Amino acid sequence: MSILVDEKTRLLVQGITGREGQFHAEQCRKYGTQVVAGVTPGKGGQTVMEDIPVFNTVKQAVAKTKANATMIFVPPAFAADAILEAADAGVELIICISEGIPVYDMVEVYRYLQDSDSRLIGPNCPGIISPGKCKIGIMPAHIHKKGNVGIISRSGTLTYEAVGQLTALGIGQSTCVGIGGDPIIGTRYIDTLKLFQKDRATKAICLIGEIGGTAEDEAAYFIKKNITKPVVGFIAGQTAPPGRRMGHAGAIISGGQGTAEGKMKVMKKCGIKVVKSPADLGKTIARCL
Amino acid sequence: MKIHEYQGKELFRRYNVPVPNGKLIHDKSEAVQAAGEIGTPVVVVKAQIHAGGRGKGGGVKLAKSPQEAEQYAGNILGMTLVTHQTGPEGRLVKKVLIEEGMEIVKELYISLLIDRETSRVMIMASEAGGMEIEEVAAEEPEKIITEIVDPIVGVKPYLARKIAFALNLKGEPLKKAIPFIMNLYECFVKEDLSMLEINPLVITGDDRILALDAKIDIDDNALGRHKDTQEFRDLGEEDPNEIEAGKYNLNYIQLDGNIGCMVNGAGLAMATMDIIKHSGGEPANFLDVGGGANEEQIENAFRILISDDKVKAIFINIFGGILRCDILAAGVVAAAKKIGVKIPVVIRMEGTNMEEGHQILEKSGLNFIIGNGMKDGAQKAVKAIQ
Repeated sequence: MSILVDEKTRLLVQGITGREGQFHAEQCRKYGTQVVAGVTPGKGGQTVMEDIPVFNTVKQAVAKTKANATMIFVPPAFAADAILEAADAGVELIICISEGIPVYDMVEVYRYLQDSDSRLIGPNCPGIISPGKCKIGIMPAHIHKKGNVGIISRSGTLTYEAVGQLTALGIGQSTCVGIGGDPIIGTRYIDTLKLFQKDRATKAICLIGEIGGTAEDEAAYFIKKNITKPVVGFIAGQTAPPGRRMGHAGAIISGGQGTAEGKMKVMKKCGIKVVKSPADLGKTIARCL
Repeated sequence: MKIHEYQGKELFRRYNVPVPNGKLIHDKSEAVQAAGEIGTPVVVVKAQIHAGGRGKGGGVKLAKSPQEAEQYAGNILGMTLVTHQTGPEGRLVKKVLIEEGMEIVKELYISLLIDRETSRVMIMASEAGGMEIEEVAAEEPEKIITEIVDPIVGVKPYLARKIAFALNLKGEPLKKAIPFIMNLYECFVKEDLSMLEINPLVITGDDRILALDAKIDIDDNALGRHKDTQEFRDLGEEDPNEIEAGKYNLNYIQLDGNIGCMVNGAGLAMATMDIIKHSGGEPANFLDVGGGANEEQIENAFRILISDDKVKAIFINIFGGILRCDILAAGVVAAAKKIGVKIPVVIRMEGTNMEEGHQILEKSGLNFIIGNGMKDGAQKAVKAIQ
């Protein structure tokens, strides 16, 4: 098993006629994901990648192709609108790759989604992959291997680093979820942890966090109470100076809050195996299995 | 993007958020006229830099005559103001705001920010104005009022009233505080601010409520739709290398160490800084070339790293996803040949097209050190400068 996406997932791609959108739609299809439709307003009726129909609206695409997941590759100024459109059309799983969405746009989107059945992953994330079954996102497919470690991360390439180490040790992954580096994201650590706890294929969980906010602390307390599977954790930004935003809009230490040291302490206290060096992620997880 | 106090007050005026009368000057010769036009017996002379703690650093003075205002303006303009937020190097003052003096009967605090837990706008207010809010939070947390705003309705009169009553306002100031808070929220949302802080917010002897200060951060991601506020950017307040990096869409932050880093992705970039430190070295910077960097960006990133004299070795750590290793290698080789690198360069590459990337490095005839994994790469970089 796996969480959120598998061989039955029917994917539509918003922004499929753009360069990035089409490139990654092709990569996902090559991996085995069922890419069933694309949406670009004004380009409805066209066909891309030989046989993928393009629609003007998400609603039409869902009606015609029964798509139940969407991958969004829309420029940041229009991405919030694209998420709302997908939720309005009833798409169950919305994965927003776009980076640089204005934060107030996400305040509105988050509020809208609270009254909706759709789940949003991201924005500003690499996407999600259940190795051997389905890839929705921009991660390099070949480093992954089917297996039983679930990965949750706020960062893209750092997730690849963890996956690469695991695969090199012959350990596969059930599902890897990039939840995104922005201050407001649709799905948080806790939501994903609940799913991994329930998933029988997942035997251990790797949680990769970074400085800023309190999401990792909340996740740690949740783990202590609710997660029976072993969890290995890492926090990036142990050497980051306060007051500077480290790339991700979310990664900033402010007013003494959100330091790596503080987060690691809480995680340790809650029974998580915290690694200090990112190079030790793979072998620490291996010892838990 | 941070903006100056006088710019923040300009924004406030657009939203009918009352601020003191004031004039911005660049030279002390303008001070007498400015103070005269303001016309109050006392004026305040305030240094304009992007950092808090200006008063304690000597950047804010009360002048009892236009001549005194001129004297203070002369002292402050051109001074290097050191506050707890500027770092020991301080900040050169190039602009001064002259403002009306007034009788203050009460100092309050108010701020708006994005609360991550609720993913909504949070309003924070306190009767303990004039103090650092972190201090108040630590010592008298009961004095901090917080309200979360539902974006569907925004700040309605009831919510503004709730805050005003909690601040123990009465009479005229209470009445005036309600539109004040509502307008402030309008300003925050319409201008796409990520942080707005007024400390102190004052009640005057003549029952006015005024934003005596304005600390504002504008959401960089939203600047594209605010052509007017884009003009508030003051390059003089930013690090030249960071400005240069921004031109090429590179995320660069200068640090104090001597190992220059080039990494793709913010998380991995932070982790790379961490592993350098664990290996006994000190990172000279944070540099994220982004997920889809091209050759030109790689070359410019390289040039920026080398331009820092403190950098004695470079560690390039790339996990190829969208950014392919062959593109990276070609960019690094081109840059190294063009610029002529005299310091050791350690490269660790993994992921998409790794073999092709390594071949390009080998064929270049340049003396790159190859790291096998990020730990090995970091250790080799540390060793290279010993």
